[in-house]
Amino acid sequence: LSLSLPFAVGQCGNQVGCRFWDLALREHAAVNKKGIYDEALSSFFRNVDTRSGGDGPDIYKGKICSLKARALLIDMEEGVVNEILQGPLRDVFDSKQLITDVSGSGNNWAVGHKLYGYQYRENIVEKLRKAAEHCDCLQCFFIIHSMGGGTGSGLGTFVLNLLEDEFPEVYRFVTSVYPSGEDDVITSPYNTVLAMKELNEHADCVLPIENESLFDIVNKIHQMINSGKLGSTVKQNSLVTSSAGSAKTVQEKPFDAMNNIVANLLLNLTSSARFEGSLNMDLNEISMNLVPFPRLHYLVSSLTPLYTLADVNVPSRRLDQMFSDAFSREHQLIQADPKHSLYLACALLVRGNVQVSDLRRNIERLKPSLHFVSWNQEGWKTGLCSVPPVGHSHSLLSLANNTCVKPTFIELKDRFMKLYKKKAHLHHYLHIDGMEQSCFSEAISSLSDLIEEYSELDATKGGPRTDPSRLKIAV
Amino acid sequence: MSIVTVQLGQCGNQIGHEVFNAICSDVHGTHGLCSKKENESYHDACQERFFCEEESEVPVARAVLVDMEPKVISQTLSMAARSGYWKYDDRSHFCQKQGSGNNWANGYSVHGPRHKEVIMNLVQKEAEKCDRLGGFFTIMSMAGGTGSGLGAYVTQCLRDAFPTSFILNHVIWPYGTGEIIVQNYNSVLTLSHLYQSSDALLVHENDVIHKICAQLMNIKQISFRDVNQVIAHQLGSVFQPTYTAEGGLHYSRNPLGDLMETLVPHPEFKMLGLRNIPQMPENSLAYSTFSWPGLIKHLRQMLIANAKMEEGIDWQVRPPRLGSSIPSSHSTNKPLQFNTSIANLVILRGKDMHSIDLGSFRDPSLYTSWLNPQDAFNAWKTPRAFNKYEKSASLVSNSQFLLKPLDNVVGKAWNMFASKAYIHQYTKFGIEEEDFLDSFTALEQVICSYTIL
Repeated sequence: LSLSLPFAVGQCGNQVGCRFWDLALREHAAVNKKGIYDEALSSFFRNVDTRSGGDGPDIYKGKICSLKARALLIDMEEGVVNEILQGPLRDVFDSKQLITDVSGSGNNWAVGHKLYGYQYRENIVEKLRKAAEHCDCLQCFFIIHSMGGGTGSGLGTFVLNLLEDEFPEVYRFVTSVYPSGEDDVITSPYNTVLAMKELNEHADCVLPIENESLFDIVNKIHQMINSGKLGSTVKQNSLVTSSAGSAKTVQEKPFDAMNNIVANLLLNLTSSARFEGSLNMDLNEISMNLVPFPRLHYLVSSLTPLYTLADVNVPSRRLDQMFSDAFSREHQLIQADPKHSLYLACALLVRGNVQVSDLRRNIERLKPSLHFVSWNQEGWKTGLCSVPPVGHSHSLLSLANNTCVKPTFIELKDRFMKLYKKKAHLHHYLHIDGMEQSCFSEAISSLSDLIEEYSELDATKGGPRTDPSRLKIAV
Repeated sequence: MSIVTVQLGQCGNQIGHEVFNAICSDVHGTHGLCSKKENESYHDACQERFFCEEESEVPVARAVLVDMEPKVISQTLSMAARSGYWKYDDRSHFCQKQGSGNNWANGYSVHGPRHKEVIMNLVQKEAEKCDRLGGFFTIMSMAGGTGSGLGAYVTQCLRDAFPTSFILNHVIWPYGTGEIIVQNYNSVLTLSHLYQSSDALLVHENDVIHKICAQLMNIKQISFRDVNQVIAHQLGSVFQPTYTAEGGLHYSRNPLGDLMETLVPHPEFKMLGLRNIPQMPENSLAYSTFSWPGLIKHLRQMLIANAKMEEGIDWQVRPPRLGSSIPSSHSTNKPLQFNTSIANLVILRGKDMHSIDLGSFRDPSLYTSWLNPQDAFNAWKTPRAFNKYEKSASLVSNSQFLLKPLDNVVGKAWNMFASKAYIHQYTKFGIEEEDFLDSFTALEQVICSYTIL
């Protein structure tokens, strides 16, 4: 049982987390018809004997009794977590997995990181240890959070540090929602840059997500469905934005569709570790193959297809279209265009009835239009998982280590500097114990260095290729 | 004598399973096309070599399954048991939970030492079940983390624990356009280490087998299962029983030993390639007839022109004329595409053996000068047809077959190494830049040796 332990931190993190657990249950229910607690389920859920009331011992085999998510939910406000505990997923969590407070972090990274971090450190460590005890073998931690606020951003990155201290060998994957330019939180650039420094130094892999991209995808799907252009009807539960078939029956909230996309991202990312396939791809393999240099660990992700038609027959043209779409600008989960930037590495995780020849054919077809760095001309990592997502016959997750993240970071830096030059709102941060001006200057310096590293790589793009001369052996 | 198979990692276990399937289905098939007595001898020899008769109703494969994550082994064990014809020993496997992360260093330096005792105990148990141990056959890919890294470590342990046994490593060469980004690093580290402990490396390239599936087997949507089945067929064609001596009365008892003796005269040259003809979809078999002269002619040309399969052979390539001007350091008088051999082994299975003339394979111009031509070439035969092919011929060759692929892999790995990309992932687990340099040096030496043949 090789396991992942997700941490949902802050409002955004918990809302996404909630969608994630819901869709995970839906996915496993679709595959696991007999109600047996199997290895796939065990990667995200414990099976607990609750017959004697309360929290009984874990059951490792046999019928499903009561599934409990392996997770820690952290928020400094109670609203979101309370909603989860009153909603259809209430039995999936128990109080020992929650850490909450009442007043929130006021969209202040310093409050989240320094104040609450210090205050809740022991509590978090204790709950973390307990949760880890239930796992036979912990392979990776997931943090789900947003960067622009206070809790997710500040306390979330505090937890990241903590994880490195307590379990240095376990991989740390972070799914970070970056604020858009028109974010209504004025100080979001500060929070984001301060959090970025932590991600640079302590995360193994970061999957940046931008709300704008999620929003665009949601709109695109609405338009598709309402325009009547599609010949047939779309399978509701296949929409990457949909909660159909999950436990959530209440009317969908505005962010639900967007959060479902992120939840699906995580499901697809872990699918090969949970289900069988002819070429497995574990999370530690993703880190190994996609991170050529320690700090360059930001991966641009895309999910295709966004929906399936109710037509049963899927010509292979559609299959190839799925691969093409994965590289298009519109399918990326951040505002980026990988096709026109430089690839350091690319991973393709395919689910469903797709074979190695389909994979190879499409890589051959798409390769010529993509730019790969000179020392990684054939930099593809591939995985084949037999079990498709709900409502699909096949799907593709692509993860790219690509210099197209640079514009996002440059914009972030610009927005930060606009505020910082005027020293706007700095006092809110500096009066927190442990915060100094140097935190800001170090953070922006860290970001600048990162941007510089990407720029240096970009400079090599399209340049002449001189292969280094080989070792000479005396005959 | 019996062979103990060690299946390592996802690839090793998936292929191993297909190999035992192919062997079993061959033995139980009714297409032996030979006398009942012959069939029984064949069956018995095969049993002894690969299976154990325990109290169970079906033969038990002599195999140890090793992987660092549980899904593949669990699938492999259950698929075998479901076949009804054979199975694995339920206790003869070892797995962990978290995999090797495609990290050779993790497989070699962490998992290896940590699990050495348990794994070697399983191997010892299997070895003890054999009346006489003929050696070890390990199956692994060199691209990943477990098969490659842990595989290299286990091979070393096998060599230490069984210093006089034969060890043949079956190594899978990954697709050129990536299955794994660090595959070239993993390959370089694997090959250089195997070279030290193994007796020979028998190589299959995914790209080549894929082409066979596409062009010869006419498979439209090729899966790894298809690829593995072709590989299993080719391996079966080598390891199923044969008579190694002319006029031999018994099936050979020592296949690995015989293989090493005929093909590996010098420890610097351990890379063996494999070709098998004919290959075609099963439903075409009934409509095809083969002649030995035809098969042998094609196989010979495949050898000298370095063709990967029986279609698209370059018939223009000819062996060089002997007695031409003596080359200085490189064989400049040999046409560039000509594949020079050190030693070759041809294996023939099927009826009407008496008419076969293998003189063309004994032509001294095919070989380097340091062995006697009669020692450089050997033929094994059996009248018993293999796996529904009325006649089939295999070639195991110690030649320049793998020179170009090896050079490619080393080149790409070196290119990446020069930029230091991914090195931190290896140093994290104890493989330093120096270790990489040692491996590069070792392989450049092998490349050089094969180039100047």
